[in-house]
Amino acid sequence: MISIQDLTINLKEFNLYDINLSVSENEFFVLMGPTGAGKTVLLEAIAGLIPLIRGEIFVGGKKITRLPPEKRGVSIVYQDYALFPHLTVLENIIYGWHFHRAEKTSAEKRLDRLLEILNLFGLKHRFPGNLSGGEKQRVALARALMVEPKVLLLDEPLSALDPNFREEVRGALKRLHQSSDTTFLMVTHDFADALSLAGRAAVMNNGRIEQIGNVREIFEKPISPFIADFVGMKNLFEASFYNTQALVSGLKIETGRIVDPSSHYLAIRPEDIIISRETFSSSMRNNYSGIVTRINNQGFYYEIGVRIKDTPFKGLITKGALIELGLEEGIPVYISFKASAVHVF
Amino acid sequence: MKREPFFWISVTCGLVIMAFILLPLIQMMSAPSAEMLKETIQDKDVVRSIWLSIYTAGVAALISFFLGTPLAYLLARSDFRGKRLVESIIDLPIAIPHPVIGIAILSVAGKNYWIGQILSGLGIRIMGSVTGIITVLTFVGLPFYLNAAKTGFEAISPRLEKVSRSLGASMFSTFFRITFPLAWRSMLIGIIMCSARAISEFGAVVIVAYHPMIAPVMIYERFEAYGLKYSQPVAVWLVSISLLLFLILRILTLRNRSEI
Repeated sequence: MISIQDLTINLKEFNLYDINLSVSENEFFVLMGPTGAGKTVLLEAIAGLIPLIRGEIFVGGKKITRLPPEKRGVSIVYQDYALFPHLTVLENIIYGWHFHRAEKTSAEKRLDRLLEILNLFGLKHRFPGNLSGGEKQRVALARALMVEPKVLLLDEPLSALDPNFREEVRGALKRLHQSSDTTFLMVTHDFADALSLAGRAAVMNNGRIEQIGNVREIFEKPISPFIADFVGMKNLFEASFYNTQALVSGLKIETGRIVDPSSHYLAIRPEDIIISRETFSSSMRNNYSGIVTRINNQGFYYEIGVRIKDTPFKGLITKGALIELGLEEGIPVYISFKASAVHVF
Repeated sequence: MKREPFFWISVTCGLVIMAFILLPLIQMMSAPSAEMLKETIQDKDVVRSIWLSIYTAGVAALISFFLGTPLAYLLARSDFRGKRLVESIIDLPIAIPHPVIGIAILSVAGKNYWIGQILSGLGIRIMGSVTGIITVLTFVGLPFYLNAAKTGFEAISPRLEKVSRSLGASMFSTFFRITFPLAWRSMLIGIIMCSARAISEFGAVVIVAYHPMIAPVMIYERFEAYGLKYSQPVAVWLVSISLLLFLILRILTLRNRSEI
């Protein structure tokens, strides 16, 4: 449906380099990456809102690289909603009608369906200034889908919303995607959004795509240190490998499988590491003793830094566990993790 | 609650400034007798010159509006090499002494210069004509319109225009359906500022066109020939009528603001 080939963009603050991406029809595809990675720039390039240096963009098999934004059949929804403040909710939603010669009855049917799915009937005659964030985002979605775009681009549609509105708009997005033929392309930096909405995703960094694949696969099998860090694998080490064992600055770690010796890195999620005061008798293949170096309050969880020889590990525990274990900086502890929790790339 | 000394310094400075601006104006406005004011406004020359002042200033503002809007939009929306330079050039008329502006305009409109030759070929006269007055007033008023309109455009998120384009609107439709309805108030304020500046112009006009006589020139002439007492009533009428016009325009915009 969308096919991007060798796309290069050179703006003052943001650059994109050789972006190659293809998204199938009616797919829900997610673009992830840290701030400044170039995600919004890529969306605006697809919408035709910024000039390209090089590359081609196809939508539905048709080359749209040189088409003006209004002829592309690509709608965009921004994080800050970008509702027209001088028009009512209804006028905002039907704004695109003036430019699309659609049959009146089918357009009205679509309007009713959108108002229903997005629960906007009661707000029709209000002005955007009097709406909550969640309401504004629902209006923006209705407005974008009213013109039946081939592609809907969503620029962090959930990140400005309070948690309860977030859930609500996320649900609306899911329903809208299921009930339309439109291809959704969403930018987010939240893994929960990606996991609950999308099938496939791409992670961007510094204007390049680092990894493309199934969201779960990216989450579980990052292919570079950057992605491993991005998906929360905070124990990231350079390692050398021999058979099933890895060597991290003198520390032997069991991976439970024969590892490709050309691998360079080893990563473990902090939540996969178990911390105890006494040796933990279990089937876990990796057990070490070390010293607590740091206790970091992260709200619901505490991040515990443990040094094993010269290697710093990080584990996550609850506040209850912290009190129960009586953890303090400087005391000796044991850590254990399963061989299957060790990710190698 | 005891106020800080800073508060009292601010209040004192504020009062001094208010008095500085208002006292001379109030004194001038209240000096002529009602009899004298009535007599003055029955003088056809006075009415003609006040009307000419308002008319030429209005036309200058309209020219600034039509000519300046696209440039103001361009300056608000795009970043290009030499943008600073363009902006400084726009502000030049504010900084140049007014008689110099008059002289500068006459030097391009004269017979020795190609623009002057073209104009005279077309039968357009700048020296001593209404056209000349409008030219000068546009010159001095343009920066005020451009800056106000530019600020207005800058206040509108470019994303509104981007969304409009992606929904199928061309650049033109987007401007007339989104940008203009959101910026017209700033544009109107620009028009008011521009015409206010134009109505108050004297130095440049007096060089380009002593006749036909706009109100400030007439006030100056009466002051020179007959003294303070005879120039005041014309001044009172000019100030009152222009204030009234601006007030009406302002009220119209305020009323519309409450509708949204």
